[in-house]
Amino acid sequence: MKGTNLGEFEEVVLLTIASLMEEAYSVNIVDEIAKVTGRKTKLGVVHAVLNRLEKKGLIASELGEPTKERGGRRKRFFSISHAGKVALWKSKEQRDRLWGNIPELVFKGIG
Amino acid sequence: MSKRNRPPKWMDWIIEFYCHPDLLEDLQGDLHEYYSRNTPKGQLKADFIFFLDVLKFCRPYTIQKPKILGQMTFFNLLTNYLKTSVRNLSRNKLFTGINIVGLSVAMSIGILMITYIGQLLSFDGFHDNKERIYKVYSRYTDLEDGTKMDLASTSVYIGDKLKEECPGIAESLLMTGGWAQDDFTFGEKTLSLDGYNSSDAFFDVFSIDLISGSPETALVEPYSIVLTETSAKKFFNDENPVGKTLKSGEDSYQITGLMQDPPPNTHLGEFDMLISFSTLRIKEKDNKKLNDWNYIWSFHTYVLLDQNTTIESVQAFVDQLASKENDGEKYQAINHYFKNISDVTPGKGENNNLSGVYVNWEDVNKLIVLTIVILISSCFNYTNLSIARSLRRAKEVGIRKVVGAKYSQVFSQFIFEAILISLLSLLFAFGLYLLIKPGFEQEVIDSEGVKLFFTPSFVPYLLLFAVLIGVVAGIAPAMVLSKLKAISILGDLTKVKLFKGMTLRKVLVVFQFAVSMILIISSTISYRQYVFSINHDMGFRTENILNVSIYGTGVDYKMVRTEFEKIPEVKGVGTCMMIPGTRSMYGGEIKYNGDSIDIFMNKVDGAYLEIHDIEYLTGGGFNLTRKDSIGYVVIDEKIREKLGFKTPEEAIGEIVEYGSSGWKLEVSGVMDGYEYTDLQNPLNPTALIQNYDERVYHINLLLESADMISTMDKLESAWRSVDEVHPFKAEFYDVQVQDSYAEYKTMFGLFLFLASLAILISTLGLLGIAVFTMETRIKEISIRKVLGATEGNLIALLTKSFIVILSISAAIAIPASYFLFDRYVLVDFRERISLGFFEFAPGIVVILLIAILTVTWQTLKAASTNPSEMLRNE
Repeated sequence: MKGTNLGEFEEVVLLTIASLMEEAYSVNIVDEIAKVTGRKTKLGVVHAVLNRLEKKGLIASELGEPTKERGGRRKRFFSISHAGKVALWKSKEQRDRLWGNIPELVFKGIG
Repeated sequence: MSKRNRPPKWMDWIIEFYCHPDLLEDLQGDLHEYYSRNTPKGQLKADFIFFLDVLKFCRPYTIQKPKILGQMTFFNLLTNYLKTSVRNLSRNKLFTGINIVGLSVAMSIGILMITYIGQLLSFDGFHDNKERIYKVYSRYTDLEDGTKMDLASTSVYIGDKLKEECPGIAESLLMTGGWAQDDFTFGEKTLSLDGYNSSDAFFDVFSIDLISGSPETALVEPYSIVLTETSAKKFFNDENPVGKTLKSGEDSYQITGLMQDPPPNTHLGEFDMLISFSTLRIKEKDNKKLNDWNYIWSFHTYVLLDQNTTIESVQAFVDQLASKENDGEKYQAINHYFKNISDVTPGKGENNNLSGVYVNWEDVNKLIVLTIVILISSCFNYTNLSIARSLRRAKEVGIRKVVGAKYSQVFSQFIFEAILISLLSLLFAFGLYLLIKPGFEQEVIDSEGVKLFFTPSFVPYLLLFAVLIGVVAGIAPAMVLSKLKAISILGDLTKVKLFKGMTLRKVLVVFQFAVSMILIISSTISYRQYVFSINHDMGFRTENILNVSIYGTGVDYKMVRTEFEKIPEVKGVGTCMMIPGTRSMYGGEIKYNGDSIDIFMNKVDGAYLEIHDIEYLTGGGFNLTRKDSIGYVVIDEKIREKLGFKTPEEAIGEIVEYGSSGWKLEVSGVMDGYEYTDLQNPLNPTALIQNYDERVYHINLLLESADMISTMDKLESAWRSVDEVHPFKAEFYDVQVQDSYAEYKTMFGLFLFLASLAILISTLGLLGIAVFTMETRIKEISIRKVLGATEGNLIALLTKSFIVILSISAAIAIPASYFLFDRYVLVDFRERISLGFFEFAPGIVVILLIAILTVTWQTLKAASTNPSEMLRNE
């Protein structure tokens, strides 16, 4: 069924939100992704993904306090919903199982 | 440059415009955050990045959906507006009635104009290749005085040249209407058919289809004729006519085709048949002028261009041809130009059009202006009454504003109400339109050959028209009402300055009455000029002269003349070629001492001169004493001057030569003031030349009878005894002259009609205002009455302001209409009425009377009420 599995970038964004805890809003997410993964992402892309995740019910959002550098506009903070957590967990489980099936020989010499 | 630290406002507007409100704040905030992050790189760069981001964020999920919710509230409001409007309209039946009557009267003319213009714009739009069909026009320049004349006709020469030599032309078509009319016989049946001589390209150029026969060959052979469905039906009922033969005089014509009837919206007009152009070439083979470059008066040329040819290249071809042909000409130059077929009619006032179906844009524009004036005048009624009564609606506006209505909402509510009224009026207007349509077709546009057809495709235009009228009528009251402040209305009403609109209202009333007055003065002047024109001295007698037409009947005029002479009431019988003073003309040339001059002429006999009482300066009619081949001529003063005779006496007995044949004529008399055409043309050099049998087209009878009807019966039976086939066509000369001024009678009728509408509209408006004034001032009137004012005093007091308004209107209308007629309309006339008291006074007096009666009626009603009834409740 479409939508139950997470896309790769969706997963990255979800994980970032989870790691940022209370500070997860769009600009911060872009910065964090850049810092942790080294990927330069565009705000527009992140925004679209956030919008999609919220539609799927994997994240929730609420508006914070207005700040000066945003021209007095409020930030939208994101947090992972229960469904989001389940999706992330499921995704990790799938991968772990796949990892478990791989003979050690395959990755010999890496890491 | 000051640092602003924020992106330009207009970029924010873009994002605010498209972005969904739920996402806007967050998204805009993000972008601003990025912006402040980017400012160290330079403001310009930051602005640029911001701008790009604004554009990039315009994605499906960010764009706001149409505000369905907002529309729902609008719809709810609309039903509310409808409800209040209907209630308000039904509460004030008098005012609603006045508005609807006024608007629908004016709008009926509006519908008339819309259908008329729609019909005009559709002219010749049905041809499949209409973009590539052009009609050739001729411009005739008189090199002596520089006057130019535009003609729809061309020479045969240019038609042939275009066909044979000009590159890029698919088809070239020659047509003429002058030669084709005749009587045609099949078996027992004889019908008079009218149509065109046309070359074989007709069916290639025009999209009028041939039902039977071959479009390529139908008009190739001489003596081929193609009948329209209607005329074929008259001869053969439903039988296919192709292959049959029609007789006309000595000639027999082969029917080579059956074609559709021409549609009503083509400049070709109605016709019964087409005859091949080659027939004409054979019949006119002795006419040496037929193929001349300057024989441009009778033929019509059309070209169908090749797909990839532009008209400019064809124009260049004819320009080159013209400069070659005009080379060395001293008296005239002829040039040709092209017009697309859809621009042929309505045209720009060209002469010699192919058919009677011809409309001049100038005439259309005049009608449009008159219609708009009447429409505006009727809109003003609504405007005035609504503003006057706005005090009654003020409370409603106040409540609406308190509840949260914006300026624009109140504004649209009142516009809506006006549109409602005008849509209602549209229904009545349509009924009126059906009533006045036949009159308009017969009286105003009959001469243009246009008929009106109402099709459903006009409905959207009419609705649009009604909405437009509603907006024009409602805009001023809507502005006045929506500007009101809730606090002032709901507080102390007496402080509300609603009467700021007073001056505006007065100006509007002045406009309405000035329009009414100008229209009625115009109708008076046109009527008086018409009467003057038909009664002025033309230099010969027209009373009691009956002109019998024998043109095209093939009757021997001598036999008819003999029969007519037997009737005792006939006091004289003359014959002539044409009837002067009825706008028909015939040109010729006279030579004397080597000088040659152009003249207008008529061929007449001696009796003609006698019965018409020609006024001679010297000499007289033809005395017929010569025994040689020299004929006689009576010339007028213009010819005498041009030929160089110092006195009229000097001309008598001189021999002049006429025409290219050089026929010698002795001048037997000199006449003065002979009016060959009409009052709108200068006196033309005119000669009355002795007729030798060859061109007798009319018999002129001088009648003296106490019982005209029985005399006419006798004349008709005399005609029947000679010719049983053709009807007896006779008309009194003075009636024919009247007919030639018919357009002024039409103008009078039109002005009178419009004037009555304008008077009706403005009087209704005045009535409304008067009723309203009396209603609002009834307490004042009652108190005045209690204090001892007489009814006379009160009437004087109440009518005073109306009289002032009417006087101002008259002060505008009189000079305006004087100027209009003195400078523009009557300048065409050689002799005209002088504009004085009797041209202006009657109309003004009628309007003043109607207006004062209206106001006095209301004033009297108010003044005669019992004051105690009005005051006891205080």
